[in-house]
Amino acid sequence: MAEPRTYKDYSRPLWRRVLLTREMAVIAALVLVWIWAYTQVPYFAAPITLTYLLLDIAPILLMALPMTLIIITGEIDLSVASVVGLSSVLLGTLHQGGMPIELAAIIAIVVGALAGALNGFLITVVGLPSLAVTIGSLALYRGLAVGLLGTTAVTDFTAAWKDFAKSKLFGTPIPTIILIFVILAVAFAVLLHFTPFGRGVYAIGLSPEAARFSGVNVERTKFILFVLSGAVAALAGIYFTLRFGSARGDNATGMELGVIAAVLLGGVSIFGGRGGLHGVIAAVILIGALSSALRLASVTSDVINIITGALLIASVVSTSVLAWVRRKRIRPGGRKTGSLAAAKG
Amino acid sequence: MFHTKARAGAVTAITVAVALLATGCAAATPGGGDAGGDGDANLAITFVPKNLGNAYFDTSDAGGEEAIKEFGGTYDEQAPATGSPDGQVSFINTLTQQGVGGLAVSANDPTAICDALNEARDAGVKVVTFDSDTDAECRDIFINQATAEGIAKIQVDLITEQIGDAGQIAILSATANATNQNLWIDLMKEELEANHPDVELVEVVYGDDDDQTSFDKTAALLQTYPELKGIVSPTTVGIAAAARYLSTSEFKGKVALTGLGTPNQMRDYIEDETVTAFALWNPADLGYLAAYAAKALIEGDITGAEGDEFEAGKLGSFTVGENGTVLLGDPYTFNADNIADFNF
Repeated sequence: MAEPRTYKDYSRPLWRRVLLTREMAVIAALVLVWIWAYTQVPYFAAPITLTYLLLDIAPILLMALPMTLIIITGEIDLSVASVVGLSSVLLGTLHQGGMPIELAAIIAIVVGALAGALNGFLITVVGLPSLAVTIGSLALYRGLAVGLLGTTAVTDFTAAWKDFAKSKLFGTPIPTIILIFVILAVAFAVLLHFTPFGRGVYAIGLSPEAARFSGVNVERTKFILFVLSGAVAALAGIYFTLRFGSARGDNATGMELGVIAAVLLGGVSIFGGRGGLHGVIAAVILIGALSSALRLASVTSDVINIITGALLIASVVSTSVLAWVRRKRIRPGGRKTGSLAAAKG
Repeated sequence: MFHTKARAGAVTAITVAVALLATGCAAATPGGGDAGGDGDANLAITFVPKNLGNAYFDTSDAGGEEAIKEFGGTYDEQAPATGSPDGQVSFINTLTQQGVGGLAVSANDPTAICDALNEARDAGVKVVTFDSDTDAECRDIFINQATAEGIAKIQVDLITEQIGDAGQIAILSATANATNQNLWIDLMKEELEANHPDVELVEVVYGDDDDQTSFDKTAALLQTYPELKGIVSPTTVGIAAAARYLSTSEFKGKVALTGLGTPNQMRDYIEDETVTAFALWNPADLGYLAAYAAKALIEGDITGAEGDEFEAGKLGSFTVGENGTVLLGDPYTFNADNIADFNF
C-alpha cells in the first residue's frame, strides 16, 4: 500500500451503479418474461390477462411494501397472511351482525394494526427475535380467525362492494385496487428513500448498534414498521374478502411465503441493510406474470411452483456468485481485506 | 457525467423500443370453439379438482378422461397445488380465456369461485360441479355422488346381510353433532325398524373422527356388549380405527364391521378378512358422469333444467333433478373382488 486509494478507485461508474444492480436485473427479467409471454403465449396479450394478473397479485403487492422495510431492518413478519385471515373474518362477522361495511373495514384495519403492535411489542420491548414472535402470531391470528367463524363462511356482501373490489380504472384494464396500491407504494417509497426514518431503516439493518449510537430510535422504528405491516395486511384482507365475496378463516393461508419470496427475489437482503421497493414490486409482478403465462401455456400448478421456486433459488445463488466475482475483480490477488469486504458487503 | 447519463438514456430507449416492438407482434389469440370434437361443439373439457396430487381426484378425473376419450373430446386437468379457492379462481379465469367448452369443478368454496364461474358461463363455457357444489346459480349442473337415503340404506343392507339379519349391532359415528352422520343414523334407524325387526341397535357411540378415540370406543363397545354381532361406522376415520382394533383382537371374524371407507385405508383389512365389504361412491364414475353431463350441455342436448335427460355411456341414462342436480346413483360396495381396482 504505497499510496492510499481514493474513493474513485473503489467506486464503479454511475451507469454501472444504476444499471448493474440487483433491482435492475429483476426489472430486466420482468421485461424479458413479459416480451416472451406477450409474443409467444396465446391470450397473454389480451387486456383481461393484465386485469386478472393484477387482481391476483394485489394482496401480495400490498403486503410486500411494509415487508420490504421490515426485512431491510433485518427482521421478518411471518404473520401477515394470518392477519389477512383475521381481518377477513372480522369484516365478515361484523358485517353479518349488521354493521355497515365501511365501519367493519375500519375496525378490521385497526385490529390489524393492533395485531402488528403486539408483534412489535414482543420484538422491541420484550426483545424477542421477530422470527420466533411471528411464527407464534402466525398460528395465534390464524387460530383466532378460524375459531371465530369455524368452518363456515360469511358470503352476504352486497354486490356493489364486491364489484368495487374487482372494478377497473376508467375503462383501462387496471383494477382500482392498483390505484390504492400505487398511492401506498409512493408513500412507502418516500418514507424509505427520502426521510430520516427511512435512512434509519437501512442503518438498523446494517448495524443496530451503530444506528443506535447515531441517534436512530431502533425500537420505535421497528415498532412502527410492524404496526404498518399489520394494518396493510388487514387492508389486503378486506380486498381479498370482497374480491371473492367470501369471509373465511383460512383465507390467504400460506401467502406470507409468497410475500417474503418476492421481497427476497426483489433484491432485499435477508440479513438486512440493502434493497429497494422498485426491485420488490418488479419481483411481485415477475412472479405473477410468470405464473399467469405458464397457466395460459397449460403448464400444471406443481410445475409452475417448481419453476418459480427454481427462479428464486437461482436469483439468490446468482447474487452470491456476482458478489464473489466482484471481490475477485477488485482484488485480483484474492487476498481479502476486512474493511473493503465489509464496505462492499 | 453527461456521457454516462446519455448511456443510461440509450439503454432505457432500447428497452422501450423493444417493448413497443413486442406490442406490435402479440401472439395470436385463437378464438374458442376449435379445440376438440367435430362439428360446432367445442368438446374441450377441463377438470378442475380441489387440488392436485389427491388420490380421490386422480381417480375421479381419470374417470372423466375415460369418458372424454369415448366421445372424442379433449381432456385436461388444471388445479392449484393446494386446495385454496383463490388458486382455483386463477385457473378458472385462465381456462375461460383459453375458450374451453366445459369445466368440471369440485369447488373449494361454494361462493368464492362463483364470480369466476359465471364469467366463464357468460363466455359460453358450460360448468358442471361434482363432489363439492357451488351455489346453484353459479353452475349448470351438479353431479351429486349419493343421497342420504342411499347412503343409509346401503349400510343397513351390508350389516344385516353380514350378520344374518338378526342380533345386536352398534354404530360408531363421528362427533355427536356431525350433521351428515346424524341424518344418516336417523335414516338407518328407520330402515332397521321397517325392514329388519330382528336386528337390535344397542348403542350409538362417538369417536369424534379421531383415530385413537374411535379405536378406544370400539374396544369399549366390544367389552360392554358381549353378544354384539356387528358395528357400522358411517365415517372413514371410524371404520379404519375399528378395523385396526378388530384385526388384532379375538373378535376378528366374529364381529362384522362395515360402513363408509376408502379403499386405500381399508385394503389391509379386506385382505386379512376383518372386513368383508364396505361402501362409498365410486369417484371414477363420478368423474365419468360429470364429463358426459358437460358434453350434453355443450352439444345443447340439455340446459340443466329439471327433467332434462342425457346419456352417459356405460352408466346409462340420467335425468336432471331439482336445482340442476344429477344423482350418480346408489353408493358403491367395495369388497375383496374389486378393491384392487381402486387407488384412492
